[in-house]
Amino acid sequence: MQSPIKESGGDWLFNLANTIFLIFVSFVILYPLIHIISASLSAGEAIMSGQVGLIPVGFNLKAYQKVLEYPLIWVGFSNSLFYASIGTLVNVTMTLVAAYPLSRADLPGKNIFLTLFVFTMMFNGGIIPTYLLVKDVGLLNTRWALIIPNAISVWNLLITISFFRTSIPLELHEAAQLDGASDFNYFIKIMLPLSTPIIAVLTLYYAVGHWNQFFDAMLYLSKTELYPLQLILRQILIDSQIDLSLMTDIREIAQREELQALIKYAVIVVTSLPVMLIYPFAQKHFVKGITLGAVKD
Amino acid sequence: MQTLKRVRRKWQLYGFLAIPLIWLILFRYGPMYGAQIAFRDFLPGQTIWDSPWVGLAQFQRFFQSPVFSVLIRNTLGLSLYALIIAFPFPILLALSLNQVKQKRFKETVQLITYAPNFISTVIMVGIILRFFDMRTGPINQVIQWLGLQPINFMGEAALFPSIYVWTNIWQYMGFNSIIYIAALSNIDPALHEAAVIDGASRVRRIWHIDLPGILPVVIVMLILNLGQILSVGFEKAFLLQTPLNLSTSEIISTYLYKIGIVGGFTNFSFASAIGLFNAAIGFIFIVTAQKISKRLAGIGLW
Repeated sequence: MQSPIKESGGDWLFNLANTIFLIFVSFVILYPLIHIISASLSAGEAIMSGQVGLIPVGFNLKAYQKVLEYPLIWVGFSNSLFYASIGTLVNVTMTLVAAYPLSRADLPGKNIFLTLFVFTMMFNGGIIPTYLLVKDVGLLNTRWALIIPNAISVWNLLITISFFRTSIPLELHEAAQLDGASDFNYFIKIMLPLSTPIIAVLTLYYAVGHWNQFFDAMLYLSKTELYPLQLILRQILIDSQIDLSLMTDIREIAQREELQALIKYAVIVVTSLPVMLIYPFAQKHFVKGITLGAVKD
Repeated sequence: MQTLKRVRRKWQLYGFLAIPLIWLILFRYGPMYGAQIAFRDFLPGQTIWDSPWVGLAQFQRFFQSPVFSVLIRNTLGLSLYALIIAFPFPILLALSLNQVKQKRFKETVQLITYAPNFISTVIMVGIILRFFDMRTGPINQVIQWLGLQPINFMGEAALFPSIYVWTNIWQYMGFNSIIYIAALSNIDPALHEAAVIDGASRVRRIWHIDLPGILPVVIVMLILNLGQILSVGFEKAFLLQTPLNLSTSEIISTYLYKIGIVGGFTNFSFASAIGLFNAAIGFIFIVTAQKISKRLAGIGLW
């Protein structure tokens, strides 16, 4: 934007300082991430003695082997995959279906419905009454407890309404009406094909939400076989409940502690990997979600 | 009659809205109705509806209990600390990124700084516990290398708010800068051109053009943050808790969870009263913040 303009004299100093600042910030953010990866690939003694920085010391894949041998990790992975795929499907469908009528200026009572939705962003019944409701409708300790009670995020609904209003030309609707298309056909044949950008945004936000979801699972699920990855991770990372007796003969406590630390690093890497690998390709959609949210009507 | 006709002509649109509305009423308004448990004395074996009505007794019990002031202090203290310290970082990052001309460099920094936002809270806490570990954490290793005594970060109640807030800055600074970067890109380039012709330096242009240009967004974000002041993230505080740091890390939501869900049926009414109190105060904050935002900046969430 500002490139065609000639710079004034002292600005190179500012540029230099600014660049150094940004490199510093990037380094501070990147260092822990790289350290975790290199620690997970290092020898246990090297971690304990603090030799590991950005490069693995005593390279080996032992920790990964242990992690992949740990059955609960796979339980968590497959459950989270289920919650993220089926849950996101439900989320996106419900959000689009709700957003379409609410985006139409010609819907009588639109503002009442919209207010009903928005009010729930500001006020809620609380954890206990919600828990009791989930229990009463028979969702407790079922997979659906992580899907149905949060089928729609009102924030995402507002983003979608804002997209429908601003990105799909009103003339299309007028033309479709002249051609005698019903409201249903207009949505299926015209709106949906034009909605891929918002569908991408919604899919990513909901999917990451499911993948990282922890609280509802802790609240509603007590059967280990239903646990999403985050609950299994909590046992391993925070409560240090990884069962080392299942694993080869480790007698000494020191060695046990080394292996614990090592496994934690490897678990962090393995479980963050899916999101971190997708993120760079999806970055622009996440950014779009924010800017759409900022659009006001 | 006219309205009825209009409504009938739109029956398909109402068809779309039907299932989401049923969901909304059941899963969002249902718990609000059920929140009357806070005014009753719920006992195991009863339903909400046939447990005795006790009015505000549960609320009184909460206000008079010794934990009340501790919880309020911890919750407010943590969010005010977060608000004051963490709030400027994304703005600073956005202003700085906006000055970068090399597209590649800018995009790389954005890619790196946004990334931690996608780390789950559980993993984030796992990372924090690893880094601050008493014996094997890199931070204590540096401290020991400097010849100092290792610090039990997770066991020091006084350190909890700082650990909470500064790791939040690390995680969310980048992603939270997006909204300011978007606002900066909306500033009319002609303003900068005119300023350059007048010989204004970059720093002066940031101060006199960029900052005023994004000020409305800054004010809105600040006020919306104020509106969220009682809803500090449950997950992170809960997962970072140790028996030793509870005196600063116990906040309203974590206490409510422990007393209500972990504590079992007998405390459902008491815990619901705490939840309702929290929700009501939160509501007042949000509505007030919205009013102030509308008046000062002319913009708001709705």
